[in-house]
Amino acid sequence: MIIFLLRRLFLLGTVLLGLSIFAFSLGYLFPGDPLQNFTGLRYIDSAQREQLIQAYQLDQSYTTQYVAFLTRVLQGDWGLSFSSQQPLLNEIWQVLPATLELTTYALLLSFFIGVPLGILAAMKPNHLFCKSISGMALVGYSLPIFWWALLLIMLFSVTLGWLPSGGRLGVLYEIPTLTGFMLVDILLSNTHYQDAALMDAFRHLILPTLVLATYPTTVMIRFVRDAMLDVWEQNYIKTAKAKGLNRLQVLYRHGLRNALLPVIRQIGLQFSTLITLAMLTEVIFSWPGIGRWLIDSIYQRNFPAIQAGLMIISTLVITINMLTEIMHTFFNPLARKY
Amino acid sequence: MNKLGIFALFSALSLSACQPEQPETIRTGLVYCAEGPPENFNPQRVTSGTTIDIVSQQLYDRLLDIDANTGNLLPALATAWQRSADGMTYDFTLRQDVAFHHTHFFKPTRPLVADDIVFTFNRIMDPTHPYHFLGGGIYPYFQSVDWANLVNKVTAIAEDKVRFELNRPDSSFLANLATDFAPVLSAEYAASLLAEGQPQRLDTQPIGTGPFHFKEYQKDVLVRLYRHPTYWRGPAAMEQLVFDIVPNNARRMAKLLTHECDIVAFPRLAELSLITERPDVKVQESTNMNVGFWAFNTKKSPFDQVKVRQALALAINQSAILQAVYFNQATAAKGILPPTSWAFDQQLPAANYDPAQARALLAEVGLSQGFSMDIWAMPVQRLYNPNALKMAELIQADLAQIGVTANIVSYEWNTFRRKLTDGEHDSVLIGWAADNADPDNFFRPLLSCAAADSGSNRAQWCDPVFDQLLHQALSTGEQQQRLGYYITAQQYLHQQKPLVAIAHSQRFQAINVNVEGVSVNPYGGIALFGARRITP
Repeated sequence: MIIFLLRRLFLLGTVLLGLSIFAFSLGYLFPGDPLQNFTGLRYIDSAQREQLIQAYQLDQSYTTQYVAFLTRVLQGDWGLSFSSQQPLLNEIWQVLPATLELTTYALLLSFFIGVPLGILAAMKPNHLFCKSISGMALVGYSLPIFWWALLLIMLFSVTLGWLPSGGRLGVLYEIPTLTGFMLVDILLSNTHYQDAALMDAFRHLILPTLVLATYPTTVMIRFVRDAMLDVWEQNYIKTAKAKGLNRLQVLYRHGLRNALLPVIRQIGLQFSTLITLAMLTEVIFSWPGIGRWLIDSIYQRNFPAIQAGLMIISTLVITINMLTEIMHTFFNPLARKY
Repeated sequence: MNKLGIFALFSALSLSACQPEQPETIRTGLVYCAEGPPENFNPQRVTSGTTIDIVSQQLYDRLLDIDANTGNLLPALATAWQRSADGMTYDFTLRQDVAFHHTHFFKPTRPLVADDIVFTFNRIMDPTHPYHFLGGGIYPYFQSVDWANLVNKVTAIAEDKVRFELNRPDSSFLANLATDFAPVLSAEYAASLLAEGQPQRLDTQPIGTGPFHFKEYQKDVLVRLYRHPTYWRGPAAMEQLVFDIVPNNARRMAKLLTHECDIVAFPRLAELSLITERPDVKVQESTNMNVGFWAFNTKKSPFDQVKVRQALALAINQSAILQAVYFNQATAAKGILPPTSWAFDQQLPAANYDPAQARALLAEVGLSQGFSMDIWAMPVQRLYNPNALKMAELIQADLAQIGVTANIVSYEWNTFRRKLTDGEHDSVLIGWAADNADPDNFFRPLLSCAAADSGSNRAQWCDPVFDQLLHQALSTGEQQQRLGYYITAQQYLHQQKPLVAIAHSQRFQAINVNVEGVSVNPYGGIALFGARRITP
């Protein structure tokens, strides 16, 4: 297990190294002045220029420049944003929690809906109800998310007026940002409208969470169903049944545990898709997360921000992937052999 | 009833219960959905109507106000004013006990005095003023009216009396003081910021005397204001005012329909009929003095030739543009001055669409094989031009008829304006909304030589004949004489065509039916002092 962990960590290091080299080279690959791309400063006068070239070691070889770049990244100096001239890392810390909040709720929702439905669909594969679950999963899987989101907004916001069409919280509620997680911030805030604000934040969460959860839920249903069908044919299930365990016991102790293993791995693999979908969701629902921030940056040709966004999102995806891999191996002794 | 039916009924009931009586915060606050973020919080330094809407009438007061209906001047911070016989000196008496905002970042110790006025106006015109060069020393409106050369001195002659001494008589002087670009700032706040070494905060964390005070600005997200409890006109009806920044038209409209916004700026003209059908939303229409135009960069070839400009003007189909871009909710422009202005020249001919004539004119200057040009289309929607891109496409097609190849160019709005001021364009689709009732406000900021220097003259046009006409019009106090000069000026423009005026449009706001008291100044921004929620 330790050797396995070391190997994984080594792989993680290599991937991150490659990523950082790519991010560094973007400073040169983006159009414009590399010094501006690295510092994020919009206007640099000639006196400042010399000084900055020294500080960023841009007159040295690419290797030295890269080492300097890596040192800055590790020290938390990610440069400034072109559009706001604020430190990028600060901006990222402001928007990242919103994305994490949304994706976490969506993942939880998909887990709690997807797993039971998947099991149900596997129990009686030929029953009409179970077939319709699989059918629904297929439809959800193929739904273009922006179309689905707009449809929900049209119905629940514009036509029925039940739910807000975007944002995290009604703008009239003034909640100071402490953690960046809206629900936590509301609970920590000391205002007389805490309850109303909490209710409002929930109402804002419903549609984006639902939209973002659609895809992972359908993936979950399909995988749990397939894994379940697979496991159900195994001999140890037959043995357990023959021993006289009731259906629920077999299902929980022998079926589900084994069937959920590939699902854990799936979560990791689907995470990058989830982040991409979160970006779309954020844009549609004006959710002030990192996806919207990154897409705005692309529109504004804010190169330092694109570079930083790329680094943070890729690191996140790679790390999550690795963690689920490790978890999968941890729970599944068979996988450790490889 | 079966189980499913009961379940459906129950869930419908519980969902409709999600719309309870509105919480107090909602009832005492108002949300205005703006089409863009403010540039900063000092109207002296800006030109964009978006900033003016958010900042001017809400945070600040002016010495004088304009009566929206008659265009006459009304007392505001100045209760009385006197013009000397030679028209060179103006004395103002200030209102007593006008309180500045008391906020979490500044606690004023005194009410408004003459020093505040002196501070405010010296900032614009005195290069030795500690705040003059904050933000680059650029005061677009005041530069366009040549303020620094017009006003000689501003002095406090008593605690509550200010004197403006001019270098020459100017019949539009008072109108300038009443524009939304002339707020009164706090000298005390500025001094305390200087002491702290934070002068830039004067324009980002504003202190004024207006009906609302500043709370926070989340960049590109929202501006939050709270009621100024000791406002001299009495406290505003709403306790909180939030400007939600929603650049996307469709989203702004959706937010109006979901009641997330109470007031929506600039609903799309195409959607007006849709909105009026809704029982919960009303459309308010108000006169606005503006013009949308197509300006040629007359410093660049071939636009420096009058015949080329005339040819391009003849080539475009104005009525098609009016229909496709303005949905016929605008008046076809004959010149830059709207017909509602007293100085409008009734004799101006309507725009003529004649591609054959245009070709002939181009042939005369040896361009019969045509040429290639850029049309810059502004990336934001404005009243005077709700869809510059579409307009550019229509013009592109029209120009193709006379052999001119047009490329459409657009940048992000701030970049767009910067490049425009630097004169990098061939031609641009943009416009102007008046800031005061004086006709001079259309001519000088748009087409004078001074404006060509400051960059607000989008045609980069500097013509001594025209400048002389404007100067003569300003030097006389006699209305009939002024009218004569302005008519000559309009005829001259019609012939020279530094720009092609396209349309004058009305201003529309879509408002929740439960909100009342929103007023719009035809010469400036929206005023939310009187806005209030009524219970249906």
